[in-house]
Amino acid sequence: MTQLFKPELVCPAGTPAGLRTAVDAGADAVYCGFQGPTNARNFPGLNFTVAEMAGAVSYAHDHGAKVLAAINSFPTAGRTELWKEAIDEAVSIGVDAVIVADIGMTQYLSKAHPGQRIHLSVQAGASSPEAINFYCRRFDIKRVVLPRILTVAEIKQVHDEIGCEIEAFVFGNIGMMAEGRCALTNYVTGQSTNMDGVCSPASHVHYEEDEDRNLKTRLGEFAIDCIACGEHAGYPTICKGRYNVSHKQEYYAFEEPVSLNLTRLLPDLMRAGVTALKIEGRQRSRAYVKAVVSAFRQAVDAYSEGGEPDISNLLALTEGSRETQGAFRSKTWR
Amino acid sequence: MRPTLPAMITHRPLSGKARLDDAGARGFARLAPPIPLFALQPLLGHIVTTIAGRHPELIARLGDNCRKRFLIDPHNLPFFLLLQPDPDRPRLKAYGRARDIEHDVHISGTFLTLLRMIDGQSDSDALFFNRDLTITGDTEAVVALRNALDNMDVTLADDVAACFGPLSRPVRAVIDLTFKFASPKP
Ligand code: SF4
Repeated sequence: MTQLFKPELVCPAGTPAGLRTAVDAGADAVYCGFQGPTNARNFPGLNFTVAEMAGAVSYAHDHGAKVLAAINSFPTAGRTELWKEAIDEAVSIGVDAVIVADIGMTQYLSKAHPGQRIHLSVQAGASSPEAINFYCRRFDIKRVVLPRILTVAEIKQVHDEIGCEIEAFVFGNIGMMAEGRCALTNYVTGQSTNMDGVCSPASHVHYEEDEDRNLKTRLGEFAIDCIACGEHAGYPTICKGRYNVSHKQEYYAFEEPVSLNLTRLLPDLMRAGVTALKIEGRQRSRAYVKAVVSAFRQAVDAYSEGGEPDISNLLALTEGSRETQGAFRSKTWR
Repeated sequence: MRPTLPAMITHRPLSGKARLDDAGARGFARLAPPIPLFALQPLLGHIVTTIAGRHPELIARLGDNCRKRFLIDPHNLPFFLLLQPDPDRPRLKAYGRARDIEHDVHISGTFLTLLRMIDGQSDSDALFFNRDLTITGDTEAVVALRNALDNMDVTLADDVAACFGPLSRPVRAVIDLTFKFASPKP
């Protein structure tokens, strides 16, 4: 196998200790967010204070890694100050890039902090060359994180027609809704994935296990799954629930509990011109971050040197112990 | 959509069945002589006070959830632990399985699963996906606790061992042996 361009490995961190773990395991860059609704992983006990983010930047830079601040949820009218403050704080701390989704915040960032590197979040849902080039021209974005709806061939086509780098997800949670567009949680709980930064807020999730170890999962007032004893569980999201629909009982009507795993497609993504490979999971533990980042570090290094890595050890960490290549391989992955 | 039922948090009936179903826990149980619960309480109190004092960042991450009552149910040991990490009055107490204990969160798994989780060796989501870990009650509180614990560079198992003073190294060694002789987990 011939040598390939080595892409940047972009890894998740939900806490300062998680960031140090990711850096130590071989991340080239780590993405993380402030506490509160300004990013898309607003979970209890997760994320960084301003002081913690500053410490994280120092640690990462001392170890040759970058920090990307995710400020990628959508502010509603009357709340934009919070997002602007988060952007100002991130820039003053010296993060290497700010990841934004809202077009108004992208405008604010580019005007208030010219020269700050901007990455366009997956939440912006920009998937066509025209849309991405608009952001490049108007806001000078340097990188787009592509929605998980394109095949590798389409990514190559986008790459050939845009004026910025591409970051693509390669591992972790996957939903079937186009990012930034899903309103399922909002419909059931009144809280929005896109505006409050949380899908299936923990305050609305309830688990009940009976004597026979059958586990019922509820989100708000809705039962979204009943997992029999011995069956694997998944995230308590509506898109991974089972429902009684007209033609089927207990049917995964949207998506099955699976995780994205593109290790086998890494060489194709590298050839398609992807600059950065992204691992999902800021809500996951340090044990997960360590295992996944180490495995991908080895895989990327091996592929870029023309080798064949052993990539068999990640299945235990996947949701439902099952993996998919999602739309990257085929539009009809179900 | 499946049938809509009113939201509720139930405190599931607690099983008193001791299940010494993994080698590591059996080893630990063998090493640890049977101790009456009243003799355990001062040590548990010392452990939780020490941890709360040493790790204010853990309490800060918990926010209001520090006042919640976490019932920890190692289902191969003969007792439950009730944790209330309130910085003003941190409490950790052992209760016999016959008791019905008021709580907000119930976390259950084998002793080894729970130990691996607090020692930062296992990914708790993977333990949950694989059904090794069961959580009922206030999900927000348990997510906050999980994230707060995960932010600790020093593991709670180290802190627990440290509470044994001159015996801290042997206690840590017993914990490490327990991991070593148990089957690998994610
Ligand atoms: S419900 Fe599913 S698709 Fe929608 S935001 Fe949550 S994880 Fe994504």
